[in-house]
Amino acid sequence: MATGEGQPYCGTVTSGLIGPGRLHSEVAAVSLTLIQKSDLADFVGHLLTHYRVVGPMKTGSGFAFGVIADPATLRLDYPTTILPPKKYLLPPRETLFEFDVAEGSLSPPLLAQPTVIFGAHTCDVHAIQLLDEVFSSGQVDAQYLNRRRQTLIVSVECLAPCDEHSFCKSMGTLTADDGYDLHLTDMGEAYAVDIGTTAGHDLLIQNAITREASPEAVRRLNAVLSEKWAKFPYRLDFDVSDLPSLLSLSMKSPLWTELGERCLSCGACTSVCPTCFCFDVRDETEMDPRHGQRVRIWDSCQLDEFAAVAGGHNFRKSRAMRQRHRFLRKGKYILEAHKQLGCVGCGRCARACLVNITPVNVFNELYRQQEAGR
Amino acid sequence: MIASRNQPPLAAPPCTGESLFTPIMARIAGIEHLTALEKVFTLELPLGKSLGHRPGQFVEVSALGVGEAPISISSSPSRSNGHFELCVRKVGDVTSALHRLRPGDRVGIRGPYGRGFPVEKFRGKDLLFAPGGLGLAPLRSLINQVLDERALFGRVIILYGARNPSELLFKDELKQWGERDDVELHLTVDRADDNWMGHVGVITTLFKDISVYPRNTVAVTCGPPVMYRFVLMELLGKGISEGNIYLSLERRMKCGVGKCGHCQINHIYACQSGPVFPYAEIKGLEEAL
Repeated sequence: MATGEGQPYCGTVTSGLIGPGRLHSEVAAVSLTLIQKSDLADFVGHLLTHYRVVGPMKTGSGFAFGVIADPATLRLDYPTTILPPKKYLLPPRETLFEFDVAEGSLSPPLLAQPTVIFGAHTCDVHAIQLLDEVFSSGQVDAQYLNRRRQTLIVSVECLAPCDEHSFCKSMGTLTADDGYDLHLTDMGEAYAVDIGTTAGHDLLIQNAITREASPEAVRRLNAVLSEKWAKFPYRLDFDVSDLPSLLSLSMKSPLWTELGERCLSCGACTSVCPTCFCFDVRDETEMDPRHGQRVRIWDSCQLDEFAAVAGGHNFRKSRAMRQRHRFLRKGKYILEAHKQLGCVGCGRCARACLVNITPVNVFNELYRQQEAGR
Repeated sequence: MIASRNQPPLAAPPCTGESLFTPIMARIAGIEHLTALEKVFTLELPLGKSLGHRPGQFVEVSALGVGEAPISISSSPSRSNGHFELCVRKVGDVTSALHRLRPGDRVGIRGPYGRGFPVEKFRGKDLLFAPGGLGLAPLRSLINQVLDERALFGRVIILYGARNPSELLFKDELKQWGERDDVELHLTVDRADDNWMGHVGVITTLFKDISVYPRNTVAVTCGPPVMYRFVLMELLGKGISEGNIYLSLERRMKCGVGKCGHCQINHIYACQSGPVFPYAEIKGLEEAL
């Protein structure tokens, strides 16, 4: 699974789970493209004429993904955002259809807007790959896919950890081998551009001033990518491949009771999660109750009534049960259903939690308990 | 841009409109009052289309402007005739809105969804049905299919319990079933009224009077969550194997298509893998029963 540290590869896709990944052949098997930083605003400006461009912007004390009106406001050097770019693919609230009770008519929803998500970190790229799998496997969710098909992703390589809560290196999301259309790596005065798809290629050549990288630039990129690797700590005390079995054995752990006693059942963790996709479906009517829309809104398995049925029985009535469900879903159930972990290690839930429930602490504590019980 | 590793989509169920979430409008052909809280709605799809369900499956029913609720299909596919029936208890916003509707009104339908009963596997077997309360609604679909193909099955034993006589559902059919020589029907109520001459006690009190040949018996039960533990003890106590006990589980299936997460039991989406499960599949699962 590992690509040896510092070992370049020639454009073949590796697992990316362990090892620095994305190193470039110095023997020109892969041609590397550069965009001068001074030309980036021009690139984004060109995109604005055809696309809605969303990306990280400075907002108050932090950063948030927002609609870019002025290319100068796009900040690719951001540490992280409160909400992931998921909101552009699975909006917090979206209309599924409109209705007229008298007519019984059901008009189709509006079409999606062509969008470029510019500046997603690789944890979020992995998360979007999971969302793609969830909504296109089994019964296909045309609403999601319609929006996804009109969305291009320009991701950026993280070169330093965003803060103490992220654990992307442990989760294998510190870089990405695919899932993006274009991928940028900061090389100082220029960005190195990986082309992930033909759509990304077209986006680049039609809108950006680029040049081919010299062998010297390729060497420098490989140095940047190798150096970054050591800057990120492993925060899990065990290998992530052991996480599903660790969780399988944890159903009766006293840790869930302890988390249940602390948890406020506020749903902040799931609201900021890039992979949470659970939703509620509701009807909203206007002043005239005969007209309205059916909407899909984000929901949270941490809220009291999430698993309650109309007769009143609640199948996950305690906060302990709901916390357990959340962590098993992230580290086991989603993996079993979709062959990808449900946690990308972005740390957003840990930052959002008011009572400091963090996946790193939870997973490490389960590991400690299991080791102690051997 | 979508990764090619995705599996090809399943065939869409017959009754969705443009998207997964768009219902098609069905006409209410008839409404029958069963009890103070339960009505049976007979529904017709446009253009005489058949629902094409299996016993045990459910549909998502829309009262536009109020919302959508999962309701099990109560009629047998063997009696479809361009119609299907839903037995709806007035218990929440959507079901209360449905109870206000009249014949000729329309409701939205998506589905059928979920895994129903494997009727083919039941052939040649003795069948023991143990519905409690509203649990008769989904089982009625299966019971009537079995009765319509009666020669294909062994004994048919029905143990049905309700809280009181006024809450017994489908009384006309219960009477017909009771009059048949090839159906063993046992009714009970938790509390009798002045007119009740039958058995009194919870459903588990009916089990002591029946004997089964466990190796050839399939048991099917559906009822309120509190009932399962006790009924399972009786069924297992009779020697019926875990793989031959089928349960239909109630969950809040918001989407019905395995996405929204509300019906999840550990890793299982009840709307996809259920609502019908052999007990052997769910017995170890926390939160299942």
